[in-house]
Amino acid sequence: MAEATANGLGQHHLNAGHAHDAATAGVAPAEVHQEHPIKLYLVVWAWLFVLSACSYMVDYFGLHGYLRWSLILIFMMLKAGLIVAVFMHMAWERLALTYAIILPPILVLVFVAMMVLEADYTLLTRVTFFGAGP
Amino acid sequence: MSETTLTHSSQTEPRPAGWQGIAADWSSDQRAFKNVSWGKAMMWIFLLSDTFIFGCFLLSYMTARMSTRVPWPNPSEVFALHIGGSNVPLILIAIMTFVLISSSGTMAMAVNFGYRRDRRKTAILMLLTALLGATFVGMQAFEWTKLITEGVRPWGNPWGAAQFGSTFFMITGFHGTHVTIGVIFLIIVARKVWRGDYDTGRPGFFTSRKGHYESVEIMGLYWHFVDLVWVFIFAFFYLW
Repeated sequence: MAEATANGLGQHHLNAGHAHDAATAGVAPAEVHQEHPIKLYLVVWAWLFVLSACSYMVDYFGLHGYLRWSLILIFMMLKAGLIVAVFMHMAWERLALTYAIILPPILVLVFVAMMVLEADYTLLTRVTFFGAGP
Repeated sequence: MSETTLTHSSQTEPRPAGWQGIAADWSSDQRAFKNVSWGKAMMWIFLLSDTFIFGCFLLSYMTARMSTRVPWPNPSEVFALHIGGSNVPLILIAIMTFVLISSSGTMAMAVNFGYRRDRRKTAILMLLTALLGATFVGMQAFEWTKLITEGVRPWGNPWGAAQFGSTFFMITGFHGTHVTIGVIFLIIVARKVWRGDYDTGRPGFFTSRKGHYESVEIMGLYWHFVDLVWVFIFAFFYLW
């Protein structure tokens, strides 16, 4: 724990040093090492456990309807966010990289909308020509 | 104004002719990701492309499930295990989720110790990550065996829509392949860390470049991505 704190301070020093260098040289810091206190990872790890347990409980207690879907999606997005932001260090990267990586997958939602329409249409034709199902 | 433009154009360095000139123009000091090394940037871009692959798999699963007239098998019952006289729903999948999350935790700590140049702890944590990953693949093999003996095939199953088998084997199979590759990749990097390659600057076998402890972080990005994909598979395939 003491080590982690000391390291956290070291990181701040490092950042300050970088910032100073960057200010004098007028350029961005060359390379930033991702060094954070161990405690942060342990806390995120514990949260991922709790969130996974929660999403499992949704199934275990057999929740249904909108409550089920919204809880599943909320827990999923929280877990994904924690992994990307902390474990993959996206929270400390420059915005140029963050946007380049995070924005394109969001466009997949357009594809989702297209395929929902397509699937509805396929189901409609199937029901029309083959009946409501076995 | 025109003068500055002139000085500007006169400052342009002469380029080699033909394709070499084109390559030189496109590669000359143009850099978008300022403080990110090429290795990390390339790993992120690879992961982005992989996101699209898994995105397309999950999309095709969604389309198949939405468009079938036949009821979809209930994953809560299909993946239940018979423990102590009662069926516990999804228990194996839940354990697999916890195993993979734990491996992500150990990986994050390995990256941390790597930057502190603690060779021993980094290598041990990476091997622990690999072990958890191998456990995950083993449990997946168990799950596949169970479903196959129960009669699930890519073209049909005893409980409902035939597309259940095809999407299940494709999505979890592709994810399991990623985990397996990750385990091999982890063992290779852990060996390098253990041997001190990143301290002594020993040239790599394939690239003959000097390695850095950043390799551990890049390795970690891949591993966390595997965990990330599982989060989505767990939500959409098993819980939905």
